[in-house]
Amino acid sequence: MARVVSQTKSAAVNPLKSSQPLGAAFAFLGVDGAIPLLHGSQGCTSFALALLARHFNEAIPLQTTAMNEAAIIVGGADRLEEAILSLKARTRPRLIGICTTASVEARDEDVVGDVENIKRRRAIELVGTEVVVANTPDFDGAIEEGWSKAVTAVIEATARPDKQYRNPRKIAILPGWNLTVADIEHLRETAVSFGLDPVILPDVSGALDGSIPEEWMPITNGGTKLQEIRDLGATMQCIAIGEHMRRPAEALQRLTGVPYVLFRSLTGLENVDRFIRVLAAMSRKQTPLNVRRNRMQLQDAMLDGHSHMAGKKIAIASEPDQLFQLSNFFAAMGAEIAAAVTTTGTSKALEMVPAKTVKVGDLSDLESLAAMADLIVTHSHGREAARRLGVPLMRVGFPMFDRFGSQHKLTVLYRGTRDVIFDFANIIQANHPPNPGPLDSTDRRESQ
Amino acid sequence: MSSLNAKNKDAFHALASERSGSKGPKARRRNCARPMAPGTAVGGCAFDGAKVALQPITDVAHLIHGPLACEGNSWDNRGAASSGPTLWRTSFTTDLTEIDIVMGHSERRLFKAIREIKDGYAPAAIFVYSTCVTAMIGDDIDVVCKRATDEFALPVVPVNAPGFVGSKNLGNKLAGEALLKHVIGTVEPDEPGLCDINILGEFNLSGEFWQVKPLLHRLGIRVRACIPGDARYLQVASAHRSRAAMTVCSTAFVTLARKMQERWDIPFFEGSFYGISGTSEALRRIADLLVKKGADPSLLHRTEILVAEEEEKVWKRLEAYRPRLEGKRVLLNTGGVKSWSVVHALMEIGMEIVGTSVKKSTLEDRERVKQTLKEENLLFESMSPRELFSLLLERKADIMLSGGRTQYIALKAKLPWLDINQERHHAYAGYEGIVQLARQIDLAIHNPVWPQVREPAPWEPALVVEKRAKREA
Ligand code: SF4
Repeated sequence: MARVVSQTKSAAVNPLKSSQPLGAAFAFLGVDGAIPLLHGSQGCTSFALALLARHFNEAIPLQTTAMNEAAIIVGGADRLEEAILSLKARTRPRLIGICTTASVEARDEDVVGDVENIKRRRAIELVGTEVVVANTPDFDGAIEEGWSKAVTAVIEATARPDKQYRNPRKIAILPGWNLTVADIEHLRETAVSFGLDPVILPDVSGALDGSIPEEWMPITNGGTKLQEIRDLGATMQCIAIGEHMRRPAEALQRLTGVPYVLFRSLTGLENVDRFIRVLAAMSRKQTPLNVRRNRMQLQDAMLDGHSHMAGKKIAIASEPDQLFQLSNFFAAMGAEIAAAVTTTGTSKALEMVPAKTVKVGDLSDLESLAAMADLIVTHSHGREAARRLGVPLMRVGFPMFDRFGSQHKLTVLYRGTRDVIFDFANIIQANHPPNPGPLDSTDRRESQ
Repeated sequence: MSSLNAKNKDAFHALASERSGSKGPKARRRNCARPMAPGTAVGGCAFDGAKVALQPITDVAHLIHGPLACEGNSWDNRGAASSGPTLWRTSFTTDLTEIDIVMGHSERRLFKAIREIKDGYAPAAIFVYSTCVTAMIGDDIDVVCKRATDEFALPVVPVNAPGFVGSKNLGNKLAGEALLKHVIGTVEPDEPGLCDINILGEFNLSGEFWQVKPLLHRLGIRVRACIPGDARYLQVASAHRSRAAMTVCSTAFVTLARKMQERWDIPFFEGSFYGISGTSEALRRIADLLVKKGADPSLLHRTEILVAEEEEKVWKRLEAYRPRLEGKRVLLNTGGVKSWSVVHALMEIGMEIVGTSVKKSTLEDRERVKQTLKEENLLFESMSPRELFSLLLERKADIMLSGGRTQYIALKAKLPWLDINQERHHAYAGYEGIVQLARQIDLAIHNPVWPQVREPAPWEPALVVEKRAKREA
């Protein structure tokens, strides 16, 4: 069990975190026809937008209430109303997802109350558009918590609480922020191959998968449909992925009675086996052939890859659930987690990280812990530290702005785990040429 | 957080009355000239502008005082280049938590952070930036910086530009104010020369100022301070001993230039190193100002010789691109600060401008663009992505030049696009730069991917294909 060590420095040096409202906005992007609206001064939105666009290599619909000096003094309710109405009129979104920022939260504004008032007063104008609030001050949490709060808010605001007919084929899947577009597609295909009918929330695989619509779209295009969210109560079972998805899963259960199972990670043979068993039980079906084949391929990859990974020292920095997901996987392949750094200290997942300590900190903490590591695992901002230390970098998480295709990388289930092994082993091989192979070594012995 | 709330509200009012008191109504109106409307647009905040304008000072530690988002979401996103120190690329923020804010610990935390940075990184100076929340809760960074300066015998410079006071442009100006108030003039240089100049508003993106500097060196002109691109703290602090100045990005530091002229009698002009005639003109005017201030008059003659040589060389090199680019239609959406100089440069190589945004341009800039283009309806203000998308198609643009934020508008329209803002990977300044720009535009327009991505899918019915062909024709 890892001990969580909190931050003692007064300055964060090379932040690891991206902010909580950004995480919430990211989640709202997984709902069809949505637009996230950051409630605060304009700069916050501009930064979040630029960062999301750099990560996805996509245009990102994101809006701001543009709180100015006056609004900072008298409060932001008017700006909020103006923003909602103007967005509604111009882009006709089906969902406006409001993410609060530090400036409104530090003023202690009752944004939820403000939105209730606006909805009441402007009921007619707002027909056909849901307005949802996630309280996400920047001085708290990070991406993961923002994501979790936004999903919870969407469920609480839209899922129909009344008793619904439960369709035995329908399941709800609540993926964490750390699943890529490819992961979500793969999850869906796998569930479908068991004959199940999954509703995935949020589903960033529509809007952020790099497809090219014919028209310019000012709102998200693809993702979970609002109607599907309303009908979540008709699912038999909910599967939450990542500790941070417990909160939305619980909200769903409270509201509709749909029970949930939680998987902290879907990477690594054992975790995936458990998941497949659940799917088989729910569907009462034999495991399909392609899934069985994938498992064999993973076993093979584990056999091939393990020797490159055994005993390797890994320094890893990420949000709590991704930290758990990857460190758990590395440890299962015989590597050692030499350093673990994370963004916030509240997640239960941290205790399960297979390292002595988990440091709540920044990339300079990682850098000071990673000098002797064989591999650094973190997002693109880690590139400078990796260069300075001369340790190779495996890029994971957010933001990833200096590599293409991060969203098309598979990291979960048998196939994803296999791909992660390949990735990992290739980086290690490229940087530490393996011991000479058998042919080579005889030559050497002779020449010595 | 109710106790906090009371404190905040006082702070807001204090802040508000102080601001409106310190500036005339005219100044205030100018700052608010183009307020952001909620729900219609996204642009950088004043803090963004201030940081952009100062961060390329390379041996300074830039410390952002606020909760995480301001710095955490924005660091490491610009391509300025440094010939030496790398400290400016390390990101520092006080990353305030709720507890710091509620308990009123934030100023103390800031002071400690300054000490940690001084001890751990030995910077030439520390710049401290306020942000929305810290300004709101009434943190007095001036006082903290003053105390730190005294205690650590290290320049600690407050930059008061919290996001909510206005746009990025205003932030640029406030950054200039901070330099004027706390930095420039605080250090006397050892050997001031008659040919020392300042370049203001040059960011050295992708190292492009290094394409210009050698030209100046050949003329015996020394750049005492290029602010902010690749600058050192001491250079900025002694910039008041230069004999002349040029402002490059006209909105960023023109006020600073004007005030330096008033205070230290440093004459300046607004120029540009984009385009052939722009570069030549800039060199001539620098020489001219220096001679007027007492430099050897032969400088003028030497400048003419250099200009003639370089221009001949560059035209020769451009010959290769002319036939490939002549008549190609460009839409410019640069945020305006560089529009006139880029417009000019592109026209020089025979391209046709089918539109340019002037949303952040000064009035003078606008006039310049108007005169160059001779047609007013080619100028547009800020535009929604959808409008921009249709404009591209309507005006049959062959390429869009813009910043990274709007790139997908062009790419999703399956049109070539070239980054000419801060994230770009190529240097476009000086004579060398225009050749590079031509080359990059050529590569973008003539890339074989365009016909391929526009090809209809095998399953698209012939009717749709025909329709689209008609629309595109
Ligand atoms: S608007 Fe304010 S809170 Fe937002 S990024 Fe700018 S300074 Fe920070």
